[in-house]
Amino acid sequence: MSMILAVAKNRVMNLKRDRAAFTLAFILPVAFFTIFAAIFSGAGKAATRKIPLIVVDEDGSDASRQFVAGLKAEAGLSVGLKPGEENDPNGPLYTAAQAEQAVKKGEAPVALIVPKGFGAHPLAFGPGSERSTVRVLADSSDPIAPQVVNGLVQKVAMTSMPAALARSGMSELEKWSGGLTPEQRARMEEAIGAIDRARDGAAAASGAGRANAGLVAVETRDVVGGKKKNPTVTFYAAGLGVMFLLFSATGAGGALIEEAESGTLDRILSTRVSMTRLLLGKLLYLGGVGVVQLCLMFVWGALFFGLELWNHLPGFFVMTIATAAVSSAFGLMLASVCRSRMQLVALSNLSILLMSALGGSLFPRFLMSEKLQKIGLITLNAWALDGFQKIFWRDEPVWAIWPQVAVLVGLGLLFFFVARRVAERWEAT
Amino acid sequence: MPAEALPLEIRDVSKSFADRRALDGVSLEMRPGEILGLLGPNGAGKTTLVRSVASRVVPDSGTVRILGFDAADPRARAVRGWVPQEIALYPLLSPKENLWTFGRYQGLSGGALDRGIAASLDWIGLADRADDKTDKLSGGMKRRLNIAAGTIHDPRVLLLDEPTVGVDPQSRERIYAMIGELKGRGVSLLYTTHYMEEAERLCDRIAIIDHGKIIASGTKEDLVRKTVGTRQAVAVDAAAPIPAALWDRLAGLGAQRDGQQVRLSVEDPAAEIRRLLDLFHSAGVPVRDLTLKAPTLEQVFLQLTGRELRE
Repeated sequence: MSMILAVAKNRVMNLKRDRAAFTLAFILPVAFFTIFAAIFSGAGKAATRKIPLIVVDEDGSDASRQFVAGLKAEAGLSVGLKPGEENDPNGPLYTAAQAEQAVKKGEAPVALIVPKGFGAHPLAFGPGSERSTVRVLADSSDPIAPQVVNGLVQKVAMTSMPAALARSGMSELEKWSGGLTPEQRARMEEAIGAIDRARDGAAAASGAGRANAGLVAVETRDVVGGKKKNPTVTFYAAGLGVMFLLFSATGAGGALIEEAESGTLDRILSTRVSMTRLLLGKLLYLGGVGVVQLCLMFVWGALFFGLELWNHLPGFFVMTIATAAVSSAFGLMLASVCRSRMQLVALSNLSILLMSALGGSLFPRFLMSEKLQKIGLITLNAWALDGFQKIFWRDEPVWAIWPQVAVLVGLGLLFFFVARRVAERWEAT
Repeated sequence: MPAEALPLEIRDVSKSFADRRALDGVSLEMRPGEILGLLGPNGAGKTTLVRSVASRVVPDSGTVRILGFDAADPRARAVRGWVPQEIALYPLLSPKENLWTFGRYQGLSGGALDRGIAASLDWIGLADRADDKTDKLSGGMKRRLNIAAGTIHDPRVLLLDEPTVGVDPQSRERIYAMIGELKGRGVSLLYTTHYMEEAERLCDRIAIIDHGKIIASGTKEDLVRKTVGTRQAVAVDAAAPIPAALWDRLAGLGAQRDGQQVRLSVEDPAAEIRRLLDLFHSAGVPVRDLTLKAPTLEQVFLQLTGRELRE
C-alpha cells in the first residue's frame, strides 16, 4: 500500500511542477460544465432559442395582418418580414420566391407564406371545410423548427384572430344546424363585433388555448434537403471530422515538444533547416494527414451511410484543404505555446472541446440560441461546418463558400504567425 | 572559402544570461586536422561555448568563425557537424531513417544521400540493424548512431560533446576508434569530455575553461610543464618498519613518510630511484612495492581550477 501511495504522490508532485497543466486539469471540468449547461439546459437568456421565421403576407387583409402580428408577438419566434433592415419602414417585404431562396441559403430554417384569400377563409373546422392553406417552407436539416412553427401557427390563429374564429364557428353552425334566422345572425355579428373591439382595446391576447392542429391548414414543404438520403450523416461527418482533425493535429504537433525535450530540435536548428522551414514542413505533414482523415471519413460515409460525396467533390476538396490547413496551424500554435506534453494535452482538450461545443461539432448550432450561434462564429469549427453544410446540404456552388474559406485561411495564417512568433524561444539565444 | 582560414576561430566572445556571465572574453583557435579538447568543471561555460560554435547561442560580443564563415552562416552550417551530448535522434525511426533525416537536413539528396547512409551504417557497424527501431538499440549503438547523424554530410569541423557518456568500456573503445578515423580523414574536432584519460589519449591540444574564461591551453606536456612542472612522484612501500637511521637519510632527500610508505618527488627517476633503493638495501629493509607516477592532466586541472573535473 505504501508503494501505491508513493506512486500516487509522485504523480501529484509531477503535476504540481507543471503549473499550467495543474491549473488546466481543474479548470477543464468546470469550464465544460459551464459551456454545456449553457447550451443544453437553456440556463440563462443566452441559451433560449428563438426560431428565425420569414413571413410573407401575400393576402394583406385585416385577418392576415392580425395573424402576422400574432406571430411576431410569439416569444419563441424571431419573425423577419424584410430581406433588408427589419426596422426600415420603406424596406421592401419578402416575396415568396425570396423567402424560399433565403431558406435555401440557410438564412432562416423556416419561411411561412400566407396566401391570397387567407382573410376570407382563414380557419376551418374539420376536413372538407373551405379554407386557405398556409405554406411552410422548411430546411429539413432543422427537424424541430417547422414543427414548432406549425404548432405556433395554430395557437396564434386561436389567440390573435378571435373574430375570425367566431365567424368560422358560426358558419359551421349554419352548415350543420340547417341555417340561422336573420335575427340570430344579427346577434352573432354583434357579438363578433364586440370581440373585435375588445381585442383592439386589449394590449395583447394571452395565449391560453390549446394548439388545435387543423384550425389553419398548413402545407409543409422541404425546400432544402428533402431529397437527401441520409440527412444527419453530413452533419456528423463534418462535425466529428473537424473535431478529430483538431485532436490529431495538436497531438502530432506535440512532436515539436518532444524534439525540444530530447535535444533533437537543437540539432535540427544547427543544420540548414531554419525554424520557419521546420514549421512549414510540419504544417505540410499535418495538413496532409488532415486531408486524408477527412477523405476517409467522407468516403466511409458515402459507402455505408448514403452521404452524397461523389456529386460534391470540388466543394468537398476545397473545404477539406482549408479545414485541414487551419486545423494544422492551430495544432502547431498550441504545441508552440505549451512547455510540456501535459500542458499540451490539457490545453488541447480544453480548447478543442470548447470550440467543438460552441462551433457545432457536438450539437448543431441551429438548435442553439441566436446569441450562442453568434458566439460560435469565433470558432473555426463553425466556419468549417457552415462551409460543408453549404456544399453538402444546400448544394451551393463552390464559389459560394468563399466567406468560409476566406475566414479559415485567414485564421490559419494567424495561427501560423503566432506559432512562428512563439517558437522564437527555441531559436538561437 | 577564405584562404588559409582556421577550422575554428573564436575571438573575444562574451555571453551573459540574465545576470550570469557564462562566457567572458573567450578566444580560442583550432588548427586544421587537430582534436582540441575542451575541459572545464560544471558551470564553467563549456556548454555555452560549444553552443556558440553550433550557432545555437548568439554571443553578446566577439566572433565565432568556422573556416572563415560566421557560425550562423549557411556555409558554416554546411561544413560543421554537431554531435550533442543527448541522444538527439528519433527513437521510433530506424538508424537508416534517422540518417536519411539528418542527411536531408544537411542538404544531401539522391545518390549522395544514399551513399552517405550506407557508408555511415558500415562505419558505425549497424548495417545489419539498419531497419530496427532506434530505441531497441543498445546504449553504445545509439551513441555511435548519434555520431553518424552529425557526420553524414562529411563535415570539415566537428563538435563532439561528451560522446562517450554512459557507454561501456568496449563501446567506448569503438567510439575512440571512430574518432581516430575522423581525424584520419582530416576532420578538425572540438571535443568536450568529463573523462580526463580520454582527453589525454585523444586530444592534440587541450583548453581549460573556468568561470567563462580560457585559463590555459596547449598540449598536455605544455600544460603539465607550465603548471605542476615535470617532476614525477615515487612511492616506496617498505615490508618492515623503517629504522630511524634510514629515515634520517630519506628525509635528507626531501622524502615524506606515511607509516611504512615513503613518498618522494624526483626530477630524474632513473638516477634517483636507484639511489633510493640502495638506501633501503643498505639498511636491510625489504621493499614490497614501488610506483612511479608522471604528472597527470588531473593534477593540472586541480591546480588550475581548484576542483576535480567531475565535481
